[in-house]
Amino acid sequence: METHGGKTELVVIGGSAGSLQVILETVKNLNVDLSFPIVLVVHRKAQAESILPKLLQQFSDNEVIEIEDKTEVKNSKIYIVPSDYHLLFENKNIFSLDGSEKMNYSRPSIDVTFRSAAEIFRQSTVGVLLSGANSDGVEGLKYIKKNEGKIWIQDPESADVDYMPRQAIQNVEYDLIVKPNNLANYINQLK
Amino acid sequence: MLEPSIVKDNEIEHLIKDIYESYGYDFSLYSRASFTRRINRICMIDRFASYAELRYQVLNDADYFKHFIEEITVNVTEMFRDPLFFKSLREKILPQLGTFPLIRIWVAGCSTGEEAYSIAILLKEAGLYHKCLIYGTDINPSVLETARAGVFPMHQMKTYSENYMLSGGKKDFSQYYTANYDSAKFDRSLQEKLILSTHNLVSDSSFNSFQLVICRNVLIYFDKELQERVFNLFDASLENLGYLALGSKETLRFSNLGKFYHQIDDQKIWKKVDHN
Repeated sequence: METHGGKTELVVIGGSAGSLQVILETVKNLNVDLSFPIVLVVHRKAQAESILPKLLQQFSDNEVIEIEDKTEVKNSKIYIVPSDYHLLFENKNIFSLDGSEKMNYSRPSIDVTFRSAAEIFRQSTVGVLLSGANSDGVEGLKYIKKNEGKIWIQDPESADVDYMPRQAIQNVEYDLIVKPNNLANYINQLK
Repeated sequence: MLEPSIVKDNEIEHLIKDIYESYGYDFSLYSRASFTRRINRICMIDRFASYAELRYQVLNDADYFKHFIEEITVNVTEMFRDPLFFKSLREKILPQLGTFPLIRIWVAGCSTGEEAYSIAILLKEAGLYHKCLIYGTDINPSVLETARAGVFPMHQMKTYSENYMLSGGKKDFSQYYTANYDSAKFDRSLQEKLILSTHNLVSDSSFNSFQLVICRNVLIYFDKELQERVFNLFDASLENLGYLALGSKETLRFSNLGKFYHQIDDQKIWKKVDHN
């Protein structure tokens, strides 16, 4: 599976409709000493008080942080993109939020973050696309591939809403198809 | 669709330097990740196939440069965006400001004016409008024209009305505007106390003293060094015991000035304690 034996510096996971269960299942089983950060880009309604970070923290031993302006990127932590902002990487150590126009009717847009991750972390990026009802993320996966990062896609048969993973499988050269119950295991094995 | 990658990092550096030398606008301390996206977005919208074409147009056509400034800045805004923030202003801050004989408020980076109009509505409902002045400033002259017109898209009104109610508004929101086909023209009286003017947070200095400075979702586009400079500008523009309000993901916590400010509840509002 390690096509180039490179070190993983970032796992970025995008999901939309039907992805929450997979994310819960995954964060529950992650190792606490991961040598890279996990970033979650999940489509959700813009709201004042976000419950998602609190919810995930209840299931995970890794610290769960909702990203703010210029938050530092640290290994083994789980970062959630706040609703109503796009997430970019200023460099490998600093996140950057962006309130510009929606992309694919979404803010955050998975494409925007996948692309920024690919440009900053290049071949050290693992991009994971989960269940969802639109094709946000597919174009971003292509940037990850172009920069020789790895692409994992949720098995559409296992997805609540299979449109997003099916689009990805049809359009992108992927490295792995994952089922919800073994995503954490694959992440834990990354070096 | 994602914007193409037309302009490279080193070309961005050159463009920033050229713009500064030709026009005096300094983008060198803007957060590079967002700025690069904006540049490539302009290349897509205006169909530049190369950096050379963009550079030529920007440096040789002053009219085009105006358009460039309009597009390089992000002008996404809403009325009563983050309703709980406005609820906090309504319930906690305005009663304090009401004790002053004249209330001066600065909405820095006001874009097309939706927040300034929201503040005007809050002040009206608090019975303080007669003794206030609201200064709305932006780097971009053309958004101020929109703000001056006070006409916003009708299709936004449902969201704005919901936001308004969540912020504690008790009236019928539609009384503040007149619907005309696909646009909503806001009541003239909401502009009486509104002073709109260009101001560049990077290069312009303090121009008055205020009891409340509101600057939301502007600092995310600046790097930490520029943020600190702007915080100092705000500090110099705030009276003692005045308030500074930032966007929902922005913070004063990492600034050297943080120790002179007390955060109000869990909102992104800070009160200046006596230190000048």
